[in-house]
Amino acid sequence: MAFAANAPSVAKGRSLWGDARIRYLRNRAAVLASCVLVLLIAFVLIGPVFAQYSIEEIDWGIMGQAAELGKPTLANGHFFGADDLGRDLYARTLQGTTTSLMVGLIGASVALVVGTAYGAIAGYVGGRTDNIMMRIVDILMAIPSTLVIILLMVIFERSLIMIFIGLGLTGWLTMSRVVRGQTLSLMQREFVEAARASGVSDVMIIWRHILPNLLGVVIVYASILVPEMILAESFISFLGLGVQEPNTSLGALIAEGAGTMAYGTLWQLMIPLSFFMLTILCMFFIGDGLRDALDPKDR
Amino acid sequence: MFRFILNRLIYAVPTMLVMIVACFVLMHVAPGGPFTSERPLPPQVLANIEARYGLDQPYWKQLWDYIANIVLRFDFGPSFQYKDRDVNDVIAQGFPITLTYGVLSFIAATTIGISLGLLAALRQNTLADYLAVGFSFVAQVLPNFVMGPILILIFTLHLGWLPGGGWYGGQWQYLIMPVIALSTSYMASIARITRSSMLEVLNSNFIRTAKAKGLPTHRIVVQHALKPAMLPVVSYLSPVFVYVITGSVFVDIYFSTGGLGQAYVNSALNRDYSVLLGTTILYGGLTIFFNLVTDLLYAWLDPKIRY
Repeated sequence: MAFAANAPSVAKGRSLWGDARIRYLRNRAAVLASCVLVLLIAFVLIGPVFAQYSIEEIDWGIMGQAAELGKPTLANGHFFGADDLGRDLYARTLQGTTTSLMVGLIGASVALVVGTAYGAIAGYVGGRTDNIMMRIVDILMAIPSTLVIILLMVIFERSLIMIFIGLGLTGWLTMSRVVRGQTLSLMQREFVEAARASGVSDVMIIWRHILPNLLGVVIVYASILVPEMILAESFISFLGLGVQEPNTSLGALIAEGAGTMAYGTLWQLMIPLSFFMLTILCMFFIGDGLRDALDPKDR
Repeated sequence: MFRFILNRLIYAVPTMLVMIVACFVLMHVAPGGPFTSERPLPPQVLANIEARYGLDQPYWKQLWDYIANIVLRFDFGPSFQYKDRDVNDVIAQGFPITLTYGVLSFIAATTIGISLGLLAALRQNTLADYLAVGFSFVAQVLPNFVMGPILILIFTLHLGWLPGGGWYGGQWQYLIMPVIALSTSYMASIARITRSSMLEVLNSNFIRTAKAKGLPTHRIVVQHALKPAMLPVVSYLSPVFVYVITGSVFVDIYFSTGGLGQAYVNSALNRDYSVLLGTTILYGGLTIFFNLVTDLLYAWLDPKIRY
């Protein structure tokens, strides 16, 4: 047995993803941020069970006297206090955070799917098609995206679905550029040539050889998109052009809190603000960690 | 060089046209017009009003007239909301205000951001570096609509140093908070980008050569490192410009400056399509123009780009 122990151990190959996982786990800020985000999501999912009031229920005893009676307390069930109308801020903050997280994740997924498909096709087909497709992207990029979303919200109904559509419509542009560039460089590689020489169809080459190699870059860019989308939605909601009452989002809650902060009800601003900043900060750290872990430039 | 500029200008024209047509179509497929109200107008009155604004013409004619008026006379048409003002008046009133603090914010964000980033890169792993990196991380989660309330809370409500809003011809007290609110988060991004790109350049071979032949540090930085290190920063300038434009909408409303953003959101809420269309086109046109400027700047900085 001693002989076996002395034999040189065969070095186990490390896959790209194994490598990336090790690097990510070594980044303490990113790991901490992931944990906080998981806790936040858990809180948002489980929290409503403990809510004593719904998002639109008005506590008539507090209405108009929020500064004196609406303070955050465990006693009357308003854990985060009440807003000026006497509505429960705990339930509303939870819903606002849910909205923000959903906007970030769904918006980024839409942008991811559309942008990847568009960019991969443009890069793979190449030639004049590529040229035209990318000129279209250039044109669309020149229009300030938040204004496009505001325009859509004004013209059609103001709803969460419309925000998703707006964010999805505007968010995929950068992604498609990045993916196209990456596809062009992948096309020069030997394995694509080998696949083509052995008669694999175009669709299969894109699906089996191009897309898996794009995944790293795509994930990194998607993680940058998530906080951007949350910021955009909050901005629009702050202006009062976002989701409609009684539904709410963090931006709308921050706007309400900012409107009443002169009257001694500071928690109405600070609680949604903390949730907002915590969410964005987590997303930034996670995005940073993913970039360090997956960006091939640093290898 | 001349051909490059010309090429870019020609390219800007279809971009503008696509934008105008897209906005125009969007406005006209929208349910409910500017004259739909709770109490429906008698059909004859409605027809008269629509004739007055040319809304009874076929769509293609309306679109054609609209574009022709903009191109030939720089006229964005009448406002649907205010009878005594047209869109040009609204723009002429609000735009100088927005432009003033927008330009100031842009200058503040770029100069302070770049200086911070350079400082952090040149003094890497010192206290100055940590402070700059720390600031740029915190400031990223302070977008304009978060900074605005915080600033007012501190400087207006608690300390009472600065007025909470208004414009009064752009006196400095009224400018400080809008500029800080608008520039902080982009300042942070610029500082981060500058730092990482400067560090990358400082670690490259040609800088090592410059060091090896004994050039003093300040000459290495100014003559050799600065130009290539600015490339990623310059490509980030167009997004910053767009952010400043969008952010100005918030600043105009929150600090009641009377700028164009206020007109924009009011027109959005009142379905004043002509003002909405006019301001959107103005914002888009500015963005396209600014993209052109950054392209030129980029071409000047990067010797690899040939026109």
